[in-house]
Amino acid sequence: WQNDSVQKKIRSAFDVFDHEQNQTVDVREIGTIIRSLGRFPTEAELHDVIAEIEEEEPAGFIRFEKFLPTMSRILMENKLRPVPEDLLLQAFEVLDQQKKGHLDPEELSRYLTQEGDPFSQEEMEEMLSAALDPEKNLIFYRDFVSMMTADEPW
Amino acid sequence: MGCGTSVAIENQGRPSEVAMKAAILIQRWYRRYVARLEMRRRYTWNIFQSIEYAGEQDQLQLSSFFSFMLDNFTQLNGNGPDLISHLLDSAVDPVVDEVRQSKYEQIVVPESYSGPRLSFPLSVTDTNVLLSAFKEQQTLHAKYVLQLLHETQKFLKQMPNVIYLSSSYAKEITICGDLHGRLDDLLLIFYKNGLPSAENPYIFNGDFVDRGKKSIEIIIILFAFLLLYPDHMHLNRGNHEDHIMNLRYGFTKEVMQKYKTHGREILQLLQDVFSLLPIATIIDNKVLIVHGGISDKTDLEFLASVERQKVKSALRLPKCSLDHSEVRTSSRSSSRKSGRVRLNSPCSAGRMSHKKKKCRLTKQNSSSSSSSSSSTSSVATPRRPPPSPRLPSPTEMLQVPFLDSIVSLALPEPPREELEWRQIVDVLWSDPKIQNGCSPNSFRGGGCYFGPDVTQNLLKKHGLCLLIRSHECKQEGYELCHNGQVITIFSASNYYEEGSNRGAYIKLGPELIPRFFQYQVSRSTRKLTLQQRVSVAESSALKALQEKLFTHRSELMAFFQQYDINNTGRISINEWAQVLDTVLRLDLPWRTLRPRLVRLASDGNVEYESCFENISAGQPLPQVTPNFAETLYRYRTDLEIIFNIIDKDHSGQISIEEFRQTWKLFSAHLGVDVDDQAIVDMARNIDFNKDGSIDFNEFLEAFRVVHKLDMKEQQQG
Repeated sequence: WQNDSVQKKIRSAFDVFDHEQNQTVDVREIGTIIRSLGRFPTEAELHDVIAEIEEEEPAGFIRFEKFLPTMSRILMENKLRPVPEDLLLQAFEVLDQQKKGHLDPEELSRYLTQEGDPFSQEEMEEMLSAALDPEKNLIFYRDFVSMMTADEPW
Repeated sequence: MGCGTSVAIENQGRPSEVAMKAAILIQRWYRRYVARLEMRRRYTWNIFQSIEYAGEQDQLQLSSFFSFMLDNFTQLNGNGPDLISHLLDSAVDPVVDEVRQSKYEQIVVPESYSGPRLSFPLSVTDTNVLLSAFKEQQTLHAKYVLQLLHETQKFLKQMPNVIYLSSSYAKEITICGDLHGRLDDLLLIFYKNGLPSAENPYIFNGDFVDRGKKSIEIIIILFAFLLLYPDHMHLNRGNHEDHIMNLRYGFTKEVMQKYKTHGREILQLLQDVFSLLPIATIIDNKVLIVHGGISDKTDLEFLASVERQKVKSALRLPKCSLDHSEVRTSSRSSSRKSGRVRLNSPCSAGRMSHKKKKCRLTKQNSSSSSSSSSSTSSVATPRRPPPSPRLPSPTEMLQVPFLDSIVSLALPEPPREELEWRQIVDVLWSDPKIQNGCSPNSFRGGGCYFGPDVTQNLLKKHGLCLLIRSHECKQEGYELCHNGQVITIFSASNYYEEGSNRGAYIKLGPELIPRFFQYQVSRSTRKLTLQQRVSVAESSALKALQEKLFTHRSELMAFFQQYDINNTGRISINEWAQVLDTVLRLDLPWRTLRPRLVRLASDGNVEYESCFENISAGQPLPQVTPNFAETLYRYRTDLEIIFNIIDKDHSGQISIEEFRQTWKLFSAHLGVDVDDQAIVDMARNIDFNKDGSIDFNEFLEAFRVVHKLDMKEQQQG
């Protein structure tokens, strides 16, 4: 890794959301930016990062000069590590105890909207629209995992 | 249905720890997946907006070209075709209304015409007939269009600049945003929400025309309802209700194509009608509705008093006093916003181009540049083209003689005209921004970015509680900002591309609490997933971007090769991004886009020629140098507009000499060095029947770029 190229990468991702081109982004976009740089924060970890880089009087935006050092450190130290793809498949398999190869949407929804970092109703619906086989009303999670893990070089 | 019990639940319904961990993992992955999609969606949006913006910069080329032609009139005299006389259309006859009215009545509609016929005064029958006819893809005969416009003009003359409405306890008022020629969206709104009537009042907040293919139909419908229900139908002017914008963004072309004989007359009349549209609507003295926004100079009382019909176009500076040689500077922040025109002087427009052409306008008083020209906020990466630091000198003018009823240079007028112009332009062009303050976003100081404090101040000053505006495309069709004090409402769904965004409208009752209704016109009945929507829009944006790369190929290659000293075909990512920034000035996050645009070699460097792999010329151009071809590609839209102007009789043909003269002038203005002989040779090649005239539609066809992947699909499919 060259530090310079890391910084430029962070800059580029940040710029996508810097609508007014004044080195700030809306704080609500920070999660998206961090994730698009290949990191996998939990919601709690995300809040911690934001707390670290927020303005003293939180004003709804984050400045690049605060974001850069924190994000650089996260990348250089490999924090908020990506979850390997095979673990994702295993996670689904855990929920599919009878090894049917598919999951029930109601069941999956219950988990994901009630446990861990719960999904909002909207997130759940969006996921189902992508994951659900409409004819069978089941989630064939292997296919879904393939879709989610299809990667792009960043 | 699945089995009743959750398989991983152990005691008393608590899921096992393993299952919980699994859930968290899935959630983390999914959110990352969505974030990547969001990133793609967002840069796709940026690409569209950036290109839209760059296109509007080009628009100024055209306007300034016309004024350039005016200045160089004498050079053309007696030297080939009198281009200026082509452009200087005869002014709309200052005839009395009655005379014009009877003139329209005398237009004969052929028996064979099967389209709708209107009778004035309009009735519900007429509007119904229009709606059915347009659903059937029919066109309204020019006679009725002219009559309709004439009546609309008469009606609008008696309207004030600012319309005051009061909400009624019996009904809600519906507010719609930009339609941009999308008839399907308008019909969908009427279907969902009902037609305008005394019980169902509507406000349409500008930008009815341009971009979409059914702008004239929309105008006809809106004006018809306006005449039918004058107390319950209200139209605000948008920044596209402007004949110079229309030249570029398709409305002029649409009218000329649909109305070959009367097109010009229709456009001239529209010019007046547009400038007569009211600027603002206020409901219950509480809700302000304007197309763009406000500035810190906005003053509703002053706005109410301006002579709005004088501001025919935002891109035309009002004529200032010849003695008034003061040059104002304005602070600027380099803001990349969706498609905002740099309301630039002709000269500055020239300077903005990286070609560094000399300013041709001789009359200007150039004064010292403001040192504030380079914005402090862009010190890190000066992505915006360096703004021209000064406001135009008073004698510079932009005129479009072709459609202009006012042909000559008028007597000097007091600066009040400029203040009036500014008021209107601010209201039609401004955008809200997140942070406080008001920053002018153009080199003339027209149109601003206004912060929450500006909104707060204005609302307080006039006792208002809400500002509803349009002007910016929003993914959900609407968006709130400034602590809910500003609502953006946008009614053209799929604006950039199929699936790019929803449209929306607002319903407002007497309690003045807005309710939002969304919709999306869809070609397919199947609902697209987020992934599919993003992919479709992304692919479209990337194609547009690739076209840009293609039309700048020579220049890009020249720069690439400068970095590639050893001729390896590779340069670093940084260098690649730098070149694109410099040449294209499109203000995009190139590093993020890199994987979509160019190949990476195994050593981590960029194989720069792979930028151009997927796109090529539609047809081989006869005997043209690459440089020339690219220039023509780049300016083909402008050329088309110019040709349409020259081709007075709408024959689709212009003479080789006219073509040559035009191109010579245009390229001189652009500062492009083009071999005169090259253009003549090419023109002769295109003149297949050797009769001395070019079918310019065929000529322009030659300047289509083709996407290789599409071609492959077509060949396979």
